[in-house]
Amino acid sequence: MRLFHVKHFDVIVIGGGHAGAEAAAASARMGAQTALISLRKNGIGVMSCNPAIGGLGKGHLVREIDALDGIMAVAADRAAIQYRLLNRRKGPAVQGPRAQADRKLYRAAIIDFLMAEENLTIIEGEVTEVMQSRGRVTGVKLAESIELTSTAVVLTTGTFLNGIMHVGAEKQPGGRVGDRPSVRLAAQLDGFGLVRGRLKTGTPPRLDGDTIAWDQLEMQPGDDDPVVFSFMNKSPQVRQIACAITHTNEQTHDIVRSNLNLSAMYGGHIDGVGPRYCPSIEDKIVRFAEKASHQVFLEPEGLDDSTVYPNGISTSLPFNVQEAYVRSIKGLENVRITQPGYAIEYDYFDPRDLDLSLQVKSAPGLFLAGQINGTTGYEEAAAQGLLAGLNAAALAISKDAIQFSRTDSYIGVMVDDLTSRGVTEPYRMFTSRAEYRLTLRADNADQRLTPKGIELGCVRAAREQRYAQKHERLMAAADLLESKSFSPSELTKVGVGVSLDGTRRTAKAIMAFPDVLEGQIDRLVPEFSAFSAEIRKQTATDALYLQYSQRQNADITMLRREEAAEIPPNFAFTGLPGLSAELAAKLSRLRPANLAQAGRIEGMTPAALTLILAHLRKRRREALKSEV
Amino acid sequence: MDTIFALASARGKAGVAVVRLSGPSAHAAVAELCALPSVRHAALRQLIWQGEVLDEALVLLFEAGASFTGECSAELQLHGSLAVVARVLRVLSGISGLRLAEAGEFTRRALENGRLDLAQVEGLADLINAETEAQRKQAMRVFSGALGRRVEAWRLHLVRAAALIEATIDFADEDVPFDVTPEVRDLIEKLLRQLRAELAGSRAAEQIRHGFEVAIVGAPNAGKSTLLNALAGREAAITSEIAGTTRDVIEVRMDIAGLAVTLLDTAGLRDSVDIVEKLGVERAVDRARSADLRVFLMQNTAEALMLQPEVGDIVILGKADIRTGSDNAVSGKTGVGIDWLIGEIALRLSDRAASAGLLIRERQRIAMEAAVVYLESAIGGMASAVALPELIALDLHRSMRVLETMTGRIDIENLLDEIFSSFCIGK
Repeated sequence: MRLFHVKHFDVIVIGGGHAGAEAAAASARMGAQTALISLRKNGIGVMSCNPAIGGLGKGHLVREIDALDGIMAVAADRAAIQYRLLNRRKGPAVQGPRAQADRKLYRAAIIDFLMAEENLTIIEGEVTEVMQSRGRVTGVKLAESIELTSTAVVLTTGTFLNGIMHVGAEKQPGGRVGDRPSVRLAAQLDGFGLVRGRLKTGTPPRLDGDTIAWDQLEMQPGDDDPVVFSFMNKSPQVRQIACAITHTNEQTHDIVRSNLNLSAMYGGHIDGVGPRYCPSIEDKIVRFAEKASHQVFLEPEGLDDSTVYPNGISTSLPFNVQEAYVRSIKGLENVRITQPGYAIEYDYFDPRDLDLSLQVKSAPGLFLAGQINGTTGYEEAAAQGLLAGLNAAALAISKDAIQFSRTDSYIGVMVDDLTSRGVTEPYRMFTSRAEYRLTLRADNADQRLTPKGIELGCVRAAREQRYAQKHERLMAAADLLESKSFSPSELTKVGVGVSLDGTRRTAKAIMAFPDVLEGQIDRLVPEFSAFSAEIRKQTATDALYLQYSQRQNADITMLRREEAAEIPPNFAFTGLPGLSAELAAKLSRLRPANLAQAGRIEGMTPAALTLILAHLRKRRREALKSEV
Repeated sequence: MDTIFALASARGKAGVAVVRLSGPSAHAAVAELCALPSVRHAALRQLIWQGEVLDEALVLLFEAGASFTGECSAELQLHGSLAVVARVLRVLSGISGLRLAEAGEFTRRALENGRLDLAQVEGLADLINAETEAQRKQAMRVFSGALGRRVEAWRLHLVRAAALIEATIDFADEDVPFDVTPEVRDLIEKLLRQLRAELAGSRAAEQIRHGFEVAIVGAPNAGKSTLLNALAGREAAITSEIAGTTRDVIEVRMDIAGLAVTLLDTAGLRDSVDIVEKLGVERAVDRARSADLRVFLMQNTAEALMLQPEVGDIVILGKADIRTGSDNAVSGKTGVGIDWLIGEIALRLSDRAASAGLLIRERQRIAMEAAVVYLESAIGGMASAVALPELIALDLHRSMRVLETMTGRIDIENLLDEIFSSFCIGK
């Protein structure tokens, strides 16, 4: 064997997808010497599914990544060719920024940001083994028998683990069209004793935009006042385009229905579980047989690329059937398919084997992030990558583990869900998963998380400064509105309807009225109009949810305290006097990371929680004593 | 931090009953009922709520840092009457910022504030078991019969209403029918009607009337009705020599050791071809299962009945008057063993009294009342010109949380199941 003299890395990230790129960037920002190993350098930052970033719940994650100075939001802003803020007519808490992204621009932006990281080295190669010594991860082995040592390894191999792509009855091993699956690494990972499951997902055929009859279709332009992703940016950076909407029809459905037996999914070729919120055209027609038509969004993949992504018709039918049903759709009668749609099956590891920093409980130093944990979506992957990267770096440079809570972020919600409940279908973020969604908003992600990032050391000077300015202005606006109060008659004069009870109300309280207008506040407090639109808007949003967030705060305090009571991985539930055998068995199996997770286990009682807490206290006291 | 309250002494008729309050508003809450005595000094006070005298009680206040829980707390030493206790608890539950304590919650706060050591908390072991048993019984009571069907309907309404709202929030771009409000409003209104009706029925002195249920079970003609009459001291059940006389469940209320007890005389357990009797037997088995305690009246020690005794049940031989040389036998006819049986029932019930019965029902009532408030708020929110679905959803989630004691936990996955089975989600 040839011996190489290579330098030791603090952190090695395997995989350059959304999780890997974000993990490598986060680790490097923390000051850890980081290597990113990808099969192909030009595979880094590739959007392998739809050419869009953000959405409901997902847009929240992108903002949170940005608040911690991550790269997804700034890259998406460089590549965004159509911005739409979803749920514009609903409250700001459930609005989600979304954008169509130019694939090439997005990939170029990610590469740019990674290249600019001074602590980051990009290595092209195939990892065949994660090395371990005395129960700890020590580095990785590459296909050419090169060994790289490190303190921590972040594995972000997406759908590449035992990936099999299906087009009709044809199947072919691979993680993405044109890429090999990581079979050797998958076989080696068996040695870690992690529980595996199998999931599937699918993509639609890609279309040649030059063969689409755009003039017959309803066009969907972007927003007139685009809302960008990053708190550091103000406006779109490249030319903006429109998408189009078309619909399937009875003929489309007939074609799909009469060829169902040829579909990989319906022909019994696939065992994995697919996401219910992203059904294939086969699923839609079988499960919602009564619907005569489904929407299809035609999304251009780039400014100088004629490829179009038809969102809504993913499939695993044979190529000739795909062509037939696609051409039955209005506007696509003469369309040319540039790449057939396919379903892909892949392995994931049960995320209940991870702790809240995404570290494998049984293999210290090994972190898993992204689709490998059973999630779906670029944003979910990137957010996990960020968390794993921060923690891998923290471990390597001897800092405390970094955790997020359900009460402070969607990242916290996701990690808690994954590690305590596992997944039964590919996990996607929804705003309804966040019980404190009125306070966990896309608009205040910086206020929630940037201070934490500054403290951790993953936020750079430019953002820190921007944050400090904005925070100062927000406080000034809040103080101003708090300091001015008005009698009912003063309020009635400017048209604000209140009961004439003689009570004086502060401008802040008045702003919480759902029907109060900006102009009315300005008439009451003329100084308020001096604030920027951004500050005024966020102040109004804070006020809108004020009374609800106050009610929520008590719940949050309680939950935080329970989260703070961590249950060590070796805590013995069996034999705890008073705990029923059934409950003890359940707790031993699910291994909650803290008291809050334990409380969400079915059948848990407050008294049983008290008992566990008491024993945690006792252990801590004993630990303190033995230290002395 | 909520202020919590609960009956701290054992439930039942007694000289004194102690209601404890703990949390930041503990003193303020007491101040709504009487003039506050100085801290750590017992004082006799009339407790008055909206002009009505609730009781004359010994009132004690403790400061934060010098109380059982370590928080600001208070004790009301009431007369040990079920009616007085029920009334005071109900009044306290109506004071804003106060709620009924969860089982073990006082201890938990004490623990969290460093006021208790582990040995003391391990005493909770018993409580955990009692709690589990009480929950099991409660769940059974709720889920058998008519109330069970109602609770199931509440659950379905809630899941559906919340799923509709969540679908419009989380799947804005997709094939969700735009206006779900008529169906949501309809569901909430149905739910409100049912909850209000249930509450109306559960008010008044229901608590005390219900008390504990003790079922007498046995084969036909084992002497169950005669025993019931002897226990109750009056002819409540029709007795005769003909087996199968009791076809419906007969209830007799009595007082045993200060506890309100409902004795249930059930149809004799046997396979019958008579449809009416068969129904009676089924009902007997159901009621007996969900009762707090069963007295098995056996004809011989080897007898196998359709229903098996549970841990803690009483198994005795009947018709002691025509039996010789048996210790564990009673006779309703001659009164042999009746006093012993009453003592035995009292002993077993008072063991369970601390955690079962009143408080559970009280908790349900409070949960239903809170749910009504949230659902009304949701309806109000929908009527508003600037209706925000996330606020309506919040009200629905809050009502779910409070009703979970009756409906079982409603998880986000339940909502997602409903959403994905109803709508073709996915662009």
